[in-house]
Amino acid sequence: MRYLSRRLIHAILLLLAISFFSFALLQIAPGDYFDSLRLNPQISSQTVDRIRAQYGLDRPFPVRYALWLGGALRGDLGYSLASNSAVGPLIGIRARNTVLLSGTATALAWLLALPIGIGSAAKRRRTVDRAAELATSALLTVPDLLLFLALLLLAVRTGWFPTGGMTSAANDESSFWGTFTDIAFHLVLPAFGLALAMLPMLVRHVRAAMIEVLEAPFVRAARGHGIPRSRVLFRYALPVASNPLIQLLGFSLATMLSTSVIAEIVLSWPGLGALMVESIFARDLYVVVAIVMLSSVFLVAGNLLADLLLLAADPRIRTE
Amino acid sequence: MTPRHTLRLAVLLLAVLHALILFAGFIAPYDFSSQNRDLTFAPPALIHFVDTHGRIHRRPFVYGLRFDALDPTGYKIDPSQIDPLEFLVAGAPYKIAGLFPATRHLFGVRAPSRVFLMGTDAYGRDQFSRFLYGGQISLLAGLLAAAVSLTIAVAVGALAGYYRGWIDEILMRTGELFLALPWLYLLFAVRAVLPLHIAGWQVFLLLVAVMGLLGWARPARLIRGVVLSAKERNFVLAARGFGASDFYLLGRHILPQASGVILTQLALLIPQYVLAEVTLSFLGLGVSEPTPSWGSLLSSLQQYYVLSSYWWMFLPAVLLVPVFLLYYAAANALQERFRSVQL
Repeated sequence: MRYLSRRLIHAILLLLAISFFSFALLQIAPGDYFDSLRLNPQISSQTVDRIRAQYGLDRPFPVRYALWLGGALRGDLGYSLASNSAVGPLIGIRARNTVLLSGTATALAWLLALPIGIGSAAKRRRTVDRAAELATSALLTVPDLLLFLALLLLAVRTGWFPTGGMTSAANDESSFWGTFTDIAFHLVLPAFGLALAMLPMLVRHVRAAMIEVLEAPFVRAARGHGIPRSRVLFRYALPVASNPLIQLLGFSLATMLSTSVIAEIVLSWPGLGALMVESIFARDLYVVVAIVMLSSVFLVAGNLLADLLLLAADPRIRTE
Repeated sequence: MTPRHTLRLAVLLLAVLHALILFAGFIAPYDFSSQNRDLTFAPPALIHFVDTHGRIHRRPFVYGLRFDALDPTGYKIDPSQIDPLEFLVAGAPYKIAGLFPATRHLFGVRAPSRVFLMGTDAYGRDQFSRFLYGGQISLLAGLLAAAVSLTIAVAVGALAGYYRGWIDEILMRTGELFLALPWLYLLFAVRAVLPLHIAGWQVFLLLVAVMGLLGWARPARLIRGVVLSAKERNFVLAARGFGASDFYLLGRHILPQASGVILTQLALLIPQYVLAEVTLSFLGLGVSEPTPSWGSLLSSLQQYYVLSSYWWMFLPAVLLVPVFLLYYAAANALQERFRSVQL
């Protein structure tokens, strides 16, 4: 319980720090929306002051921060001037798309990384290991941007994959199965690219964690008792190696979110990252800040999930 | 190859690379902003020694280009026009390493012919020259931001590891916050509050400052670890017994033991920051036109027709691979080497 409460406090502190930072950014930004009203000769400066007071803009900084935080907690993230709607619903759909993309990519990356990492740890310094090492090193040096551009080129040249968006124009919204397969088809390229971008880091960590466990005396003892190799590997070694890997799952989410920005923009996936860049160009500051907040909520949620998994997987933490 | 040899080779090649970028003005045949509106999207020129008649030329040469609407690139090589490469030619004025004015360029062809080793972009600007000049912005951003991060990291790591107690607690908890931040989003957010079109050097300094301030947490943790174990070493305890001050101990005995970690982190952080700058400029949020950076050279690839028709527009991205390879090789070799020293 102490463990969980500590993690929760950490998560809340992180969110508070980011919210404070976001709000401070809003304040640093030169001018606000109402300053442009002052330029209108038909609106008197008293009217502008009254509206400002109505929105609480004449109060001191801590009060405004508290007001803003209260609003954000109730889901009121401000108003998007560029698209003339509340920020909440606007980023809701985009957030769903980003979660879909990063979730699929995370699952895909781990599904690939676990067998490769375990395999190369089991066959350490043999051909398989060397080949995996070479492949991951090569992948590590390829910038994410180049990887996504190359995938886009593949899609544009061959026409095997759709080149952008989430659904095709011909998609029939009413049929669930049709929409599902259409979205899945559009998801292939960005999710695969993201998974490839994450793969080298994951494989290296899986391999290192497994090697550390395989060198432990209890593994040799298990082998000495005649327990088959595969059983030792998956039933004895893997659970022990899972602790650092679950922690890595939490940490890798931050990288995943950052990388997915590039993937979303290059491969035109309508997610948070793409919306963020559009909003920066439209000077739509409330949307930008809302996205920063939301992405950190995702991060914190992912980290908490990893902590819960850790609690389930590692008895040492439970008895602490 | 032992790590020692790998390290030497990587550092040597990195030095060569940085020298090429530093002397971009001399190596590049043209200025980064000089346009050739009649030669837009010209394909890269190959350097030949043997012409179509099988004659061997003493001086390397390139063929001229002529318009050809039938060719997918819009150009055709003109074998009748041979432009020999000349070396140390006079050309557009530039400043050696940004300081001394000069006009000599390493190579070039006689005007009105042009030589484009990596082709040209939508304005007919030489991509080779732009790649070299762009490296000045991108690599400098990476180097400076890494220096900022490591300066903070050394200060934080030394304070936290040496004094322990509440200082350690506060600094390391703050570090954990920074480790969990979605840093690319934050970088975007900071960029968002500034006007879209501000002077190039302002964007540059801002990028460096934000990237540097966001990335200190990981190296700080590692340096703290080294400081923790180093301050219990016998010779450090002996020096303290002789009355050495904290400052002397840290500077003379403890921090030198962290030099391996610091160098390794430097080799890891630089490519990471270069990549961040590349990403921002690719999106049009970094250094603005006409100043090139490695990212802005790639931004035209966001248009499908550029992407699918002009393969040489990919070259700047492909050339980033060996740059990053060298940095990662250096980081790996450094890590191996200092691990073996500590044992």
